[in-house]
Amino acid sequence: MFFNNPDVWEVTLLSLKVSGVATAISLLIGLPVGTGMALGRFPGRNFLLSVVNTGMALPPVVVGLAVAMALWRSGPLGGLNLIYTPTAIVIAQTIISAPVVTGLASAALQQLDPRLRLQLYGLGVSRVQMILNLWRQARLPLLAALMAGFGSVISEVGASMMVGGNILHQTRVLTTAIVLETDMGEFGSAIALGILLLLITFLINFALTWIQQRGVKR
Amino acid sequence: MTALVEVRGLRVVRGRRQVLEIDHLGAESGQVLAVVGPNGAGKSSLLLALARLLKPERGEIFFNGQTADRMSDLDYRRRLGLVLQEPLLLDTSVFENVATGLRFRHFPKDEITRRVETWLERLGIASLRRRPAARLSGGEAQRVSLARAFALQPELLLLDEPFSSLDSPTRSHLLDDLQALLAETSTTTIFITHDLNEAARIADWVAVLLDGRLRQVGSPEQVFSIPIDDEVAAFLGEFKLD
Repeated sequence: MFFNNPDVWEVTLLSLKVSGVATAISLLIGLPVGTGMALGRFPGRNFLLSVVNTGMALPPVVVGLAVAMALWRSGPLGGLNLIYTPTAIVIAQTIISAPVVTGLASAALQQLDPRLRLQLYGLGVSRVQMILNLWRQARLPLLAALMAGFGSVISEVGASMMVGGNILHQTRVLTTAIVLETDMGEFGSAIALGILLLLITFLINFALTWIQQRGVKR
Repeated sequence: MTALVEVRGLRVVRGRRQVLEIDHLGAESGQVLAVVGPNGAGKSSLLLALARLLKPERGEIFFNGQTADRMSDLDYRRRLGLVLQEPLLLDTSVFENVATGLRFRHFPKDEITRRVETWLERLGIASLRRRPAARLSGGEAQRVSLARAFALQPELLLLDEPFSSLDSPTRSHLLDDLQALLAETSTTTIFITHDLNEAARIADWVAVLLDGRLRQVGSPEQVFSIPIDDEVAAFLGEFKLD
């Protein structure tokens, strides 16, 4: 009965879409920035690392508040009319997951033996080839960074609620739907949605873990 | 004979400490030059400077009689082969490790396969071609590292104590093979070592480096039989050529 309801699948699909896009954008930001922080030596590097590490623990409601204020009609970006849209949720979730991906990507690359870079230079590597090779060498922890980034947004509720507004057929995602069902005392539906969320998160992480563990040395 | 590679007026500072000051040192084409010295003498700094992996405070490197400054770091390094103390292999198969430098140079696929197979064979590790690098013994890994460098057919081969972390029998076998390969390919080589036996076995020319300065340069017979001063004699100790 529950799973025959098309609204459930619409909400599930939107959850996956929004969190998937936010994670992909976070990867596009986090991988190069994390690489620059791991390999570069520049003034303010430690400060930047501290900012990113702090960002890894950003409370979603604080992000939601900041994004809501920015996108509010009277806010600096109000003219874009993005508040209570899926794009607003993507923006908020990207702000949450980008520091996670950046920080963990940076840590992953810093764990590589620094002499490996000397050896690669000695083999005639170009700058681009160097970065691609280091990513390949750190692919296991980099995949873990991706999983952590996705995990941080698929499960968050505060920011999605504040900037998305939990509007059915528009911005309702799994987590905000669970809050709504609980508020209405519909615990059965809330539990079913919770199980669905857990199942989806498990399946995605299972797939990523499978890819990751294929490369593990045994 | 002209020197393939020469350093002139080289001064290297690491941290705030001067670790190397060399007026002149060169390796002739096809020659194996061993640079010997105790730990901390500046041998590895010399090798890193030669590979342009360490920027000297002053001094110049000449390659084929021309200043290497005219070449970009990348163009210069693509004329070299580099083998470090640790094999530092990539987390992939033996074949792919040996192919790494060739792929960096965008060699055609057929040529990569041909060269990799040749050098796997020559270093006696053809049967390991599909094995993950992580599953190799220390000796096997260092053979892969040597194959990776030789496959590039470098104009200059730089070896930084490549056998120092290996046990004695493995080291001896590898040294025999290296000696044969260097003789066969006539690759100009600068071989850094603190092991005088290794230097004596494969070098045509020996340079003694103490406290960052060259103290004696000559044939193995000259250096090992007639040390130039007491400090060189103290470093050489009781060592005698067979």
